[in-house]
Amino acid sequence: MSTAVINTGDTAWMLVCCSLVLMMTPALAFFYGGMVRRKNILSTLTLNYVFMALIGVQWVLYGFSLAFGPDIAGVVGSLAHVGFAGVGAAPNGQYSAGIPFSLFAAFQMMFAVITPALVTGAFVERVRFKTFLLFALIWSTLVYDPLCHWVWGVGGWLRELGVLDFAGGTVVHIAAGFSALAFAMVVGPRKGFPKAMMEPHNIPYTLLGTGLLWVGWFGFNAGSALGANGVAANALITTNTSGATAGLVWMLLSWLDGRPSALGLATGMVVGLAAVTPASGFVTPLSAMVIGAVAAPLSYYAIRFRIKRGLDESLDVWACHGIASTWGMLATGLLATKAVNPDGANGLFYGNPSQVGIQLVGMVVTMVLAFGVTYVVAKALDWSIGLRVPDIEEEVGLDISSHGERAYS
Amino acid sequence: MLKKIEAIIREEKLADVKDALDEIGIKGLNIIEIRGRGRQGGIKLVGRSGSYRVDMLPKLQLNIILSEDNLTETIEAICSAASTGEAGDGLIFIYPVEEVVRIRTGERGREAVMYPGDIDQRKGDPS
Repeated sequence: MSTAVINTGDTAWMLVCCSLVLMMTPALAFFYGGMVRRKNILSTLTLNYVFMALIGVQWVLYGFSLAFGPDIAGVVGSLAHVGFAGVGAAPNGQYSAGIPFSLFAAFQMMFAVITPALVTGAFVERVRFKTFLLFALIWSTLVYDPLCHWVWGVGGWLRELGVLDFAGGTVVHIAAGFSALAFAMVVGPRKGFPKAMMEPHNIPYTLLGTGLLWVGWFGFNAGSALGANGVAANALITTNTSGATAGLVWMLLSWLDGRPSALGLATGMVVGLAAVTPASGFVTPLSAMVIGAVAAPLSYYAIRFRIKRGLDESLDVWACHGIASTWGMLATGLLATKAVNPDGANGLFYGNPSQVGIQLVGMVVTMVLAFGVTYVVAKALDWSIGLRVPDIEEEVGLDISSHGERAYS
Repeated sequence: MLKKIEAIIREEKLADVKDALDEIGIKGLNIIEIRGRGRQGGIKLVGRSGSYRVDMLPKLQLNIILSEDNLTETIEAICSAASTGEAGDGLIFIYPVEEVVRIRTGERGREAVMYPGDIDQRKGDPS
């Protein structure tokens, strides 16, 4: 394997993609930050930005090794790459023959950074920072790293089963969505929910974040081809098409309910991008249109359902990422075609009904792992050191009470 | 007798109200940006999925000091300029004013709030 030669085109492209995906975490921070109240904007940004620091260290120390180290029984990577040992300029043909193994590891790091950041939407405006940091580290170690190995690691049991997840429908979006759901159930609603008005304080931030997320998503999905090639180009087109379609449909839904809201348009775009993520490298552009068109109403009404149940999963990570990508994973089982990606598989509509069952296994396993581990860890932290700030600190706002700063003077 | 008018109006009606007051000879006024709610308790805005209610809507509070004689005319001018017929048009409060002092000249009472072409002069000289 080490005889593989670095392909400069692939390497240049992947260096760019790595940077694009890095940008998605600050983009997500502002996407979320616009939707919280002004007293919690710095707190919300920090909950996201801190992952660039935390996982930036964790991934080099041991995270990458757990996810992509030599397989142990299909369950986890060995500690062979602790401290990035053996992760250098030489390509690892098992993952990508044309780019340095270190670049593959860096690209994957950005996924490990943004995924737990997605979960923070569940508990903004009330989580205790110290507890959150501990949770973040435990979650990355017990949920993200193993799941990443199962789905993407060579020898991982879901990968061996044939689960198709091009860029993270399970590993990123379902995992984040269902973890968010579990955490929200444990931490409880923000004080005053649902009676008090939790009005978004800066919708322009959310729109700016959406735009940057979309750009970053090209790196996320097209980059998951791990090379500058036709599959990457297809993934870029499908990503764009699904985001566009879902944005339009969501805007229409919000129009039917009153006015075409800017926040609705932005939410729809992100939902379409999340939905197509697992499918992006396996389906055609028209299939991506179907994926986006179906994802929008699913998530739109999932938000209603969530609110009706009185659950304060504050920024709808479950509805927007969990539900959208659940559909995306299923749609991959329906619409995947080897004509797009010979390394993939055919779905139900291309004569391979068994792919649907395989996808279902991937989805359900991810939900159970993410929800189960998050629920147990959150409960344990709640009992021991406490998940929430005291009421008075929540009322004052976490910017002042947790960070000793104010955003707008 | 001097009175103070506190008129709560829609932000977007300020230009119309100022014009209407200009026409009857009321120039001196100031405004405060306020937020509040009335009987209807706010409005519905469009959220991510469906609507949510917000109250404490932005409004302007217009402050005018004038002679009691001019109250009726001024109130009429404000009402006709600020009205849309929808909930949220606002309210007018009227208070007695104990005293007025112009800082530059030390003038007091009506003297302190008079100016050339004001509503009283116009009344005396309809040209």
